[in-house]
Amino acid sequence: MASLDRTARAFLLSELVAGFALTLKYMFKPKVTVNYPYEKGPLGPRFRGEHALRRYPNGEERCIACKLCEAICPAQAITIEAEPRDDGSRRTTRYDIDMTKCIYCGFCQEACPVDAIVEGPNFEFSTETREELMYNKDKLLANGDRWEPVIAANLQADALYR
Amino acid sequence: MIADLIHFFTTNWLGQGIVILAQCLAVTVPLLVAVAYMTYVDRKVWASIQLRRGPNVVGPFGLLQPFADGLKLVLKETIIPSSANGVLFIIAPMIAFMTALVAWAVVPFDDGWVIADINVGILYLFAISSLGVYGIIIAGWASNSKYAFLGALRSAAQMVSYEVSIGFVLITVLLCVGSLNLSKVVLAQSGWFWNWFWLPLLPMFVIFFVSALAETNRTPFDLPMSEAELVAGFHTEYSSMTFGLFFLGEYANMILLSALGAVLFLGGWMSPVPYAPFTWIPGVVWFALKIAFLLFVFSWTKGTLPRYRYDQLMRLGWKVFLPVSLAWVAITAAVLQFGGWLPKP
Amino acid sequence: MLLQALAFYVFAFVVMASAAMVVVSRNPVYSVLFLILAFFNAAALFVLIGAEFIAMILVIVYVGAVAVLFLFVVMMLDINLTQLREGFLKYLPVGALIGVVLLAEILLALGVIGGDSTSLTALAKAGPQVQAVDNTRAIGRVLYTQYFYLFQVAGVVLLVAMIGAIVLTLRSRPGVRRQRISDQLYRPKDQAVTVVKVPSGEGVR
Repeated sequence: MASLDRTARAFLLSELVAGFALTLKYMFKPKVTVNYPYEKGPLGPRFRGEHALRRYPNGEERCIACKLCEAICPAQAITIEAEPRDDGSRRTTRYDIDMTKCIYCGFCQEACPVDAIVEGPNFEFSTETREELMYNKDKLLANGDRWEPVIAANLQADALYR
Repeated sequence: MIADLIHFFTTNWLGQGIVILAQCLAVTVPLLVAVAYMTYVDRKVWASIQLRRGPNVVGPFGLLQPFADGLKLVLKETIIPSSANGVLFIIAPMIAFMTALVAWAVVPFDDGWVIADINVGILYLFAISSLGVYGIIIAGWASNSKYAFLGALRSAAQMVSYEVSIGFVLITVLLCVGSLNLSKVVLAQSGWFWNWFWLPLLPMFVIFFVSALAETNRTPFDLPMSEAELVAGFHTEYSSMTFGLFFLGEYANMILLSALGAVLFLGGWMSPVPYAPFTWIPGVVWFALKIAFLLFVFSWTKGTLPRYRYDQLMRLGWKVFLPVSLAWVAITAAVLQFGGWLPKP
Repeated sequence: MLLQALAFYVFAFVVMASAAMVVVSRNPVYSVLFLILAFFNAAALFVLIGAEFIAMILVIVYVGAVAVLFLFVVMMLDINLTQLREGFLKYLPVGALIGVVLLAEILLALGVIGGDSTSLTALAKAGPQVQAVDNTRAIGRVLYTQYFYLFQVAGVVLLVAMIGAIVLTLRSRPGVRRQRISDQLYRPKDQAVTVVKVPSGEGVR
């Protein structure tokens, strides 16, 4: 009898039917994912997104062209050239990040002695061409200006653990 | 004036040519729209099975997503690998797309709504669907890439194997109809929905559906493009619209096999209840509904089943489906012969 | 009528040209692809003379199955083209002889040589009137009555070939562990799964 039962179940594809019924049931369950472009998941203060170059509150750029970030970058995505400025302070003339090379490891922000280069909370910076992903100093400073409140808050929140 | 026009469109070769062209457009344009929305429905169904939302940003409920995808494919750069065989590399997606479209010439959408009402309609469909494999094999060889080639070999072996069982399924239906004309196949299934062939030939319907999955390289038989081991199978090296043609062809083929399933087993354009309110609905709507149902089962299957291993696939084709369908051909023939139900010519 | 004649000449030309390319083309994959083109256009010619059943069967069997396997094999082979071309002139006389024999057979069948007694037209008169029924039915009527014996013999020949192929390739190797799918499927849950209460810090014994 048991073998008859087993054979009948095999021929009537009972397991397939059970599986299909399960997926059909799940089809009408409420969705569990966030409605992404309209709602977003929470980000931690250590989130490593798009890069930004920060400024001091008086508007002076923080970066002193020490090139530590360029040296530590494992993907060699950062290129820096530096010259003394008219007032004698050392500043970068060129600060490029190739975002197509960057692996978002966060070493640059760890290496930076003045918290100039940071990885901000922005992760939505896709572009239509490759060229737009070759960031220069202007773009990075603009990012810094745009995200400064969030970046400052994140650094403050994380400072306890450093 | 009107008589002149009728005369022009029925006798003049130019007029007839225009009529045929218009008929072809009347089939292919809705078909391509259906293909576009099939990709959308597919993604929505898988998403809801996996408790996700699916495309919902482009347009209301994401309804314009297929067009956004299409635009993206058209605007991208067509890359031809330097070591590929250029001519065949370009021809392959064309073959894949074309074979999926020309087969629609014999599909009856309603009583008399068919471009070419030929006597060997089923054989024509079968022949064209067996040509689809060339697009895949040529693509795999011309790409000059091992992943593409392995995908093409798998696909060739798989499609040849499952065509055998589809052939036997067709033969059982033909035995019950006594004609190779698809319109006559539908007319033989008139009456209530239990008169359609899905119930008397239920095992054949199941075998047909599973073989259709294998013919269209859909899960659980999507080994030719299994991303886990072959990157993307035969279309690994394709980009932009060359890939787009494969994609369109694949979905058009799915819709074609669903249409074939609807004609052979679900009574084509017939309404399920042969009485008043149901028969007012035009047959083409019933036909579309039946195709839509089968396509939904295609998506549902992809959302439910994991991929077969290659030896399991071959075992199923040759050791299970072939004997079962062969036996069912013999049983059907015997029942028709000795039950006295043999269709009269 | 003009359109039909035009179609005939186009298809016939493509058949001849692609048949020539099968022999001439340097890459064996191209040869097979041209062969497929030739099959396909031959099917179109069959459609033109109203033999649509034969045409479809030609496409299904030769294009859909046989040529796929040809292509399969040819693509897998790593063929040295120059080596392959060497024998071409050497085998040309034999090939030409076979060609002449085939041509003679065709002429015989058409009744150009040997008169009406050997031609196909005389044989065709014995069959059913093709105009009366569609040609699928006509072929069925002749195949399962007049040529039933030959049909069965052809089937047996194919069966023998199939068994022969299996006998040649089947090796029974000892010690191969095969998957027995029905055994796996029929194994009940209580034999496959045991629920173990694991004491903390001791693990499973």
